[in-house]
Amino acid sequence: MPAKQTYKFSIPHLRILDQDGKVNKKLDPGLSDEVLITLYRRMVLAREADQRMLRLQRQGRLGTFSPSTGQEAAACGPALAMEESDWLVPAFRELGALLMRGVPLHRVLLFWGGFEEGNIFPGVERTLPIAVIVASQIPHAAGVAYTMKYRREPSAVLCFFGDGATSEGDFHEGLNFASVWKAPVVFICQNNQWAISTPLERQMNSETVAQKAVAYGIPGIRVDGNDPLAMYAATHEALERARAGEGPTLIEALTYRLMMHTTADDPSKYRSDEEVQAWKDRDPLRRMRRLLDSRKLWSDTEEEALLAQVKVQIDGEVKIYEQGVRAKPDVLFDHVWAERYPEIEEQRAAFLARQQGGETHG
Amino acid sequence: MARMNMVQAINLALHEEMKRDENVIVMGQDVGVNEGVFRVTAGLYKEFGERRVIDTPLAESGILGTAVGMALAGLRPVAEMQFSGFSYLMMGHLEGHCSRYRSRTHGHLTVPLVVRMPYGGGVRALEHHSESREAMFAHIPGIKVVIPSGPRNARALLTAAIRDADTVVFMEPKRSYRAFREEVPEESEVWPIGKARVVQEGTDLTLVSWGAMLRMALEAAGEAHARRGVSVEIIDLLSISPMDTETILDSVKKTGRCVIAQEAPLRLGPASEIIARINDKALLYLEAPVGRVGSYDVVTPYFGREQAYFPGVDSVRRAIDETLDF
Ligand SMILES: Cc1ncc(C[n+]2csc(CCOP(=O)(O)OP(=O)(O)O)c2C)c(N)n1
Ligand SMILES: [Mg+2]
Repeated sequence: MPAKQTYKFSIPHLRILDQDGKVNKKLDPGLSDEVLITLYRRMVLAREADQRMLRLQRQGRLGTFSPSTGQEAAACGPALAMEESDWLVPAFRELGALLMRGVPLHRVLLFWGGFEEGNIFPGVERTLPIAVIVASQIPHAAGVAYTMKYRREPSAVLCFFGDGATSEGDFHEGLNFASVWKAPVVFICQNNQWAISTPLERQMNSETVAQKAVAYGIPGIRVDGNDPLAMYAATHEALERARAGEGPTLIEALTYRLMMHTTADDPSKYRSDEEVQAWKDRDPLRRMRRLLDSRKLWSDTEEEALLAQVKVQIDGEVKIYEQGVRAKPDVLFDHVWAERYPEIEEQRAAFLARQQGGETHG
Repeated sequence: MARMNMVQAINLALHEEMKRDENVIVMGQDVGVNEGVFRVTAGLYKEFGERRVIDTPLAESGILGTAVGMALAGLRPVAEMQFSGFSYLMMGHLEGHCSRYRSRTHGHLTVPLVVRMPYGGGVRALEHHSESREAMFAHIPGIKVVIPSGPRNARALLTAAIRDADTVVFMEPKRSYRAFREEVPEESEVWPIGKARVVQEGTDLTLVSWGAMLRMALEAAGEAHARRGVSVEIIDLLSISPMDTETILDSVKKTGRCVIAQEAPLRLGPASEIIARINDKALLYLEAPVGRVGSYDVVTPYFGREQAYFPGVDSVRRAIDETLDF
């Protein structure tokens, strides 16, 4: 047995806004009324858009996608803490963060609708597209952060991923590189407690995700992921530290995926209705609404007006999506490399001839 | 005999082999409680429990790496990659260890395991879920690459793969998972790996295909027969590595014409290798250049544009005509 302990650690937990909408005064980040309302509006937009996407998918108007209902606080709180000059490196379940970054909903629809146009965000800088390969974006975030440091830019990187992602080598490698480089990056693990059918306790034998930070010598914190104020505050502080040259942080957002993993998944195979119901009671939107109510910032009339306005906005985006922001059919031959080469151009010519001849296949 | 689809047939082989040999275990993401995202592992967790049907953490390199260790120590792991698009994360172990343990120990240590993975397009799936990269795997010496085309051969070849002495990459064309049913014999079958099958005899042209393309090849051949009375011999390759040169050459020597239809991109794909072998051993029997059907050599487009990218029955028919009319 070792005689001496070399390392002890404790993991801070953060909650600011409780389920009844009460704010812990000592920790209140002091967001203005206006900002609180904006945050709520964004969360509602994310929720309504998500639910519309589910319907579109069921109607065959959208492909398989990963709903984010229930995780709005964990996505929107951090996005609120970002500067425009910071980078957003998403996974695939942060719809709210993408929308807050200014990505138009129709671009997100194009992505899940099967068009590369969904990866192009005109006018939105420093926002990488959705990453489907679990955890692959984590080392990318570390590399982007190194570049910010290299250029002496006071910008940081915000990188999202899930609890399942922490099992991939890319997670460990990405955190280690970022730590060794003291790179300005904030890692946000949306611990929604499931990776498809795999529950957290089968994913890892550690009590928290946050404690994995200890191994890499960086701060780690577990945050109530359904508390938008805590998510904002923790991210704000971590981004400030990152921009000040103090290196990366790992934030674990403890939250829950209320819907299926993707529209191709049947969660009743692996989890109970009771569990889902218990988390429905902790809905981040309701919590935020209670806060606004308690400060007399909101009413049912305003809620109705918001829902009506959001509906019009979503309708408009769906229309743009369905009318198509689509490149020409042979665009798949355009961007194989920066230059054009005969071997591809020959195939393009054959493709065009076949299309003209009415053939539908390659 | 029972009629079943490919998912059921693969599931049957897993059941039979787990029952036969308690060293056989199944591992992967969501293969246990959830029974696999395509339900290929249905019933296994219930029947064999969590010791033998392991829901692993989300790490492809970890899955194959630990499977290598299990195989070295005497188990027969059947590891699942949830989609072939994520299998590249296990490449280090495949190339670095599965391929060479046998040769670096002169046969003293071996890695008998199976890596199953759904692959291929045509089901309007998300990015990274539609590629056909069998050539990448087949390029690695020391591993085997098997691709079934239907329920019966899927069951017989997976059984063979599980009993095989080496690492077998078993690629399942997911487009064919539930596309059709076929009679599968009551008794367990073991088809030899490395052997192609002549699925239709013919005299005018040899058509080589595998995986989901085989059905399109059959349809195109039937159409060509109806339209111009041509008799097409169809070969289901079944094993990309090792590759059954003999069956192909015997047929080509007889017909003098050949078309190869693959779903994978054209360049440096299995068709290129088949043509090289025909050139080496049967060039003078040819009456026309060997025709080749495949996907374009571009990045697989998202599903909104995938139809125009993947070859179809049209594409095979066109190649048959060109080869006949040369
Ligand atoms: C490398 C890789 N392996 C497997 C998959 C298939 N897959 C997609 S999402 C997912 C689970 C992800 O779980 P988690 O990281 O917790 O994120 P969540 O889906 O819960 O948001 C899996 C296994 C993938 N996309 N990428
Ligand atoms: Mg998760």
